[in-house]
Amino acid sequence: MSEVALSPRWAFWKGRASGVPAGARLMKQVKNIGLPFAGIIVFLIFWQGTANNINTSLGQFPGPVQVWEQSVNLYAEHKREREKEEAFYQRQEDRNAKKLEKNPDAKVKIRDYTGKATFFDQIVTSLYTVAFGFAIAAVIAVPLGIVCGLSDTLYRAINPVIQIFKPVSPLAWLPLVTMVVSALYVAENPMFEKSFLNSAFTVALCCLWPTVINTTVGVAGIDRDLVNVSRVIRLPAIKHVQKIVLPSAVPMIFTGLRLSLATGWMVLIAAEMLAQNPGLGKFIWDEFQNGSSDSLGRIMVAVVTIGLIGFILDKLMLMIQRKVSWDKSAVLR
Amino acid sequence: MNNYLDISGVGIEFNTESGPFRALQNINLKIDKGEFISLIGHSGCGKSTVLNIVAGLYHATEGGVILDGKEVDQPGPDRAVVFQNHALLPWLTVYENVGIGVKEVFRKSKTRAEMREWIEHNLELVHMDHALHKLPSEISGGMKQRVGIARALAMQPKVLLMDEPFGALDALTRAHLQDSLMEIQSDLNNTVIMITHDVDEAVLLSDRIVMMSNGPAATIGEILEVDLPRPRERLALAENAHYNHLRQQVLRFLYEKQKNPADRQKRGFSATSDKASEVSKLKRDEAA
Ligand SMILES: Nc1ncnc2c1ncn2[C@@H]1O[C@H](COP(=O)(O)OP(=O)(O)OP(=O)(O)O)[C@@H](O)[C@H]1O
Ligand SMILES: [Mg+2]
Repeated sequence: MSEVALSPRWAFWKGRASGVPAGARLMKQVKNIGLPFAGIIVFLIFWQGTANNINTSLGQFPGPVQVWEQSVNLYAEHKREREKEEAFYQRQEDRNAKKLEKNPDAKVKIRDYTGKATFFDQIVTSLYTVAFGFAIAAVIAVPLGIVCGLSDTLYRAINPVIQIFKPVSPLAWLPLVTMVVSALYVAENPMFEKSFLNSAFTVALCCLWPTVINTTVGVAGIDRDLVNVSRVIRLPAIKHVQKIVLPSAVPMIFTGLRLSLATGWMVLIAAEMLAQNPGLGKFIWDEFQNGSSDSLGRIMVAVVTIGLIGFILDKLMLMIQRKVSWDKSAVLR
Repeated sequence: MNNYLDISGVGIEFNTESGPFRALQNINLKIDKGEFISLIGHSGCGKSTVLNIVAGLYHATEGGVILDGKEVDQPGPDRAVVFQNHALLPWLTVYENVGIGVKEVFRKSKTRAEMREWIEHNLELVHMDHALHKLPSEISGGMKQRVGIARALAMQPKVLLMDEPFGALDALTRAHLQDSLMEIQSDLNNTVIMITHDVDEAVLLSDRIVMMSNGPAATIGEILEVDLPRPRERLALAENAHYNHLRQQVLRFLYEKQKNPADRQKRGFSATSDKASEVSKLKRDEAA
């Protein structure tokens, strides 16, 4: 009786979903693509609705529509700036060519273009800085974590220091890093900008701890039997690390690295804002100071961009983990 | 002659949270070259601890182990261990798991080609030459244990130490592996110490069965000589009176002389089971 009462549409869905492989695949697609998509749409609607009701001294809070407009603007500005730059160099070259025509011995030089850094320039700077800071941290943290995991004595000695420095906010480090860098980094032809080093070192200091801690836990948690196998074979220390310790600790090392990179990315934006170092953080701060009616929209573009980049960085680490890990069947999330 | 492996006066005390714990006391055992010894006893009595001391993975608090005239003070490939749960490295193939030991042990004495041949030869011995390049996750539990045995054999150990090597396997697989082990043993004549919980396995494989008393402060209770002729045939032995007699003796030791500590506790708490055991004792007396 109730079967008959079903509407045709419901019967259709029921037929697709029950047991038929094609139906199952469809359901899976709905789950994998449809649900996230629906989530985003609902969020955007909710966002726009809320934004319309918030009024600030700089105008209405930006909703998705304003963010889209400002993204387009920022891209246009970037293109304009590039054209200006090209024109600037072109002019210099023309002038120099003329000079050389008149007098082949004339001294010519090309001055650097010093235009305003665009949004996209700031993204590149931020990416470059976080990569450098993260690399420094990883190069120190992974070996340190391995050593701490292997030696209980060393772990006990180092653990208090780690526990104390781990919760320190990056902004507390920043003044110290700035002073130390300007005191110690006095090269003639500096390879890096000081502001770049300040940001990178601050990032590195905050990136260290998650990787050290997770690597230590991973290494200390190696199956006792596997360690005993290595002892019975009498593997030399280096081979022990290479053949036994590293492969078993890889998942934990990557958990640490991913946490570190996420922390580093967050820290970087804050550091750039506070220290006025070039990057996305500075972009946000400048827009805030600017206080035009577009500012909030442009800041929101930066916020979304920061989120997207953080997401992509994490996916990148996952990809590397998949490449490096021996356990291809492990579910990584 | 009767002291290729000499365990003398060995005792061990563990430092635990609740103070020192004496696990073993005054273990004395002399083992011949080529002898197959089984260690049997209730769970937690200290069998693995004995094996780990011989392996050099634990240090005895008192006493010591001498193998072939040299004192054991650290683990080494001359005392290869087969672990209960195979302990294969999951990121290495079957071939590489055996190879990692071979490469260390024969680093100076074998060429690359000789090593390869040796690795393959040992995997053939345990009938695993069909899966050289599979990962441990791609083979069955019995196969993993075979590879574990091959890894140990390939180190050409003076003593092969096996901690419940077939404990985690089903009865049929276990029987297959026992046969394989007997076959290998008759070829290579290794000196073996094997821990087992399985009385039939102990009688079938061993030259002597060492029965341990319950802990704490466990020691060797009795040693049973298994003088059945080799090669032994499991089906034929099932009807062999002497085999059954030996089996009975091990069972008697385990279930009468050394009551399982868990049973003892149960009796202490429950009056009914106490009565039941009294009844069964009476019945036994009547029968006698
Ligand atoms: N590293 C250790 N630290 C403290 N106590 C230990 C340690 N290793 C073993 N023991 C204790 O020593 C006793 C003997 O343990 P062992 O593992 O040798 O028993 P076993 O006979 O192998 O048991 P099973 O048959 O269950 O494997 C147990 O009471 C155990 O709790
Ligand atoms: Mg044990």
